[in-house]
Amino acid sequence: MRAEGVVAEARTGNLETKFRVPPPPRAACPPAQSTLDPPSLAHEWTMSGSSSVAAMKKVVQQLRLEAGLNRVKVSQAAADLKQFCLQNAQHDPLLTGVSSSTNPFRPQKVCSFL
Amino acid sequence: MRMRTAGRVGRCLRIWVSAALGAQAPSCFPPGPSIHRGEGQCRWVPRGGKTRMATDGLHESETLAALRSEAEGLKGKLEEERAKLHDVELHQVAERVEALGQFVMKTRRTLKGHGNKVLCMDWCRDKRRIVSSSQDGKVIVWDSFTTNKEHAVTMPCTWVMACAYAPSGCAIACGGLDNKCSVYPLTFDKNENMAAKKRSVAMHTNYLSACSFTNSDMQILTASGDGTCALWDVESGQLLQSFHGHGADVLCLDLAPSETGNTFVSGGCDKKAMVWDMRSGQCVQAFETHESDINSVRYYPSGDAFASGSDDATCRLYDLRADREVAIYSKESIIFGASSVDFSLSGRLLFAGYNDYTINVWDVLKGARASILFGHENRVSTLRVSPDGTAFCSGSWDHTLRVWA
Repeated sequence: MRAEGVVAEARTGNLETKFRVPPPPRAACPPAQSTLDPPSLAHEWTMSGSSSVAAMKKVVQQLRLEAGLNRVKVSQAAADLKQFCLQNAQHDPLLTGVSSSTNPFRPQKVCSFL
Repeated sequence: MRMRTAGRVGRCLRIWVSAALGAQAPSCFPPGPSIHRGEGQCRWVPRGGKTRMATDGLHESETLAALRSEAEGLKGKLEEERAKLHDVELHQVAERVEALGQFVMKTRRTLKGHGNKVLCMDWCRDKRRIVSSSQDGKVIVWDSFTTNKEHAVTMPCTWVMACAYAPSGCAIACGGLDNKCSVYPLTFDKNENMAAKKRSVAMHTNYLSACSFTNSDMQILTASGDGTCALWDVESGQLLQSFHGHGADVLCLDLAPSETGNTFVSGGCDKKAMVWDMRSGQCVQAFETHESDINSVRYYPSGDAFASGSDDATCRLYDLRADREVAIYSKESIIFGASSVDFSLSGRLLFAGYNDYTINVWDVLKGARASILFGHENRVSTLRVSPDGTAFCSGSWDHTLRVWA
């Protein structure tokens, strides 16, 4: 669901599941000299009518921009992706399995530099 | 008034309610001091009968309604446009492409030395040096050919979640729970203390989740748990551009590969992948098909597409010109999240590290898994292919990094 001009609260909760660490206390964060302040969407949502209209206007503007994009058919895009892969296949060491003599990682012995 | 249950929209519901009530304020609320408008409350000025609030509220609610319906209309149109162009699947186009042969990919080097979970790593452009960062606060620079440690610095914070090598190879950047991104010049003088030359560049209001130098040592792009990305000047520490749009923590970013490129893609906990114009700060495209946090995003080598790895156990390929998802890399047997993805040089292979300790190698064109690599003894947290494509390196919660070829 696209953000309808409503923002999630600043979340540190994800750190718990991702990294298993308690979220840092908010007080520990440096004060707002960080110049990343409003209109940061990450900040606490303040409920005043004019700002929700402003936020909604932004969402609509963004959607208009995206709606006006020139798109290419998937068949064309896919053909180009395939073309790129095939053209570069022989230059892809992990794909072709470059031999030990040319891959510095393959030989087990340590390289010495003169 | 539409009734909805989700918390976020529930708060919008309260705006509607208060706006509607505003019209009746004179009779509902006794005269008294004006109350500042907060959630579900009305503000009004007791001035001879009609409240200013009533008309304000009505006007705003009409504008909001109009905007809301325009947004819905545009979203519908976008979906229609995208669907119209969906005439074929990628794997169908690739049906006649030769199947991949058998893969012999093994761990060729194991880098041991971190005292705790490895969280991030990056290759130097010299194709042999690697910088890695860990939960224990240590950032180490390795020579991957010899496995020797060349530099080590201890950060003042633990959980160094992001690290990056400068294009020149002369500096590294790192950060994490300290909410900052700091740059350390690399020196070969044994007597010099690396930590002494540290320079703080970026300052966020929450943890730093990803960082990357742009094409030069002079600028750094950062992503943060505060929901924003930002571009900084390394020399002055000045914020050059900020990117707002994610509705939750941003977990990853990747710069477009072209030399003149000025876009990057970011992925976050709001399940969205967003493509940004670095000069204007504008989001140019957004994709929302994942069902959970996007942990990693990486551009396809041609720059026309990007892959993402998510906690929903799938990796997906999004084409930028078709403006849609064109492939999903998943299997019923894969139920753990993908933490990190990267392409081989030709873009034919997608390497993805998972939370079930394995690395899956996907055939990008055909959508099938080409190989599965075992070796790590805990979650794979980070994975990057070397600049010349001869190997890739994975870092894990088992405290080690492995170089595979």
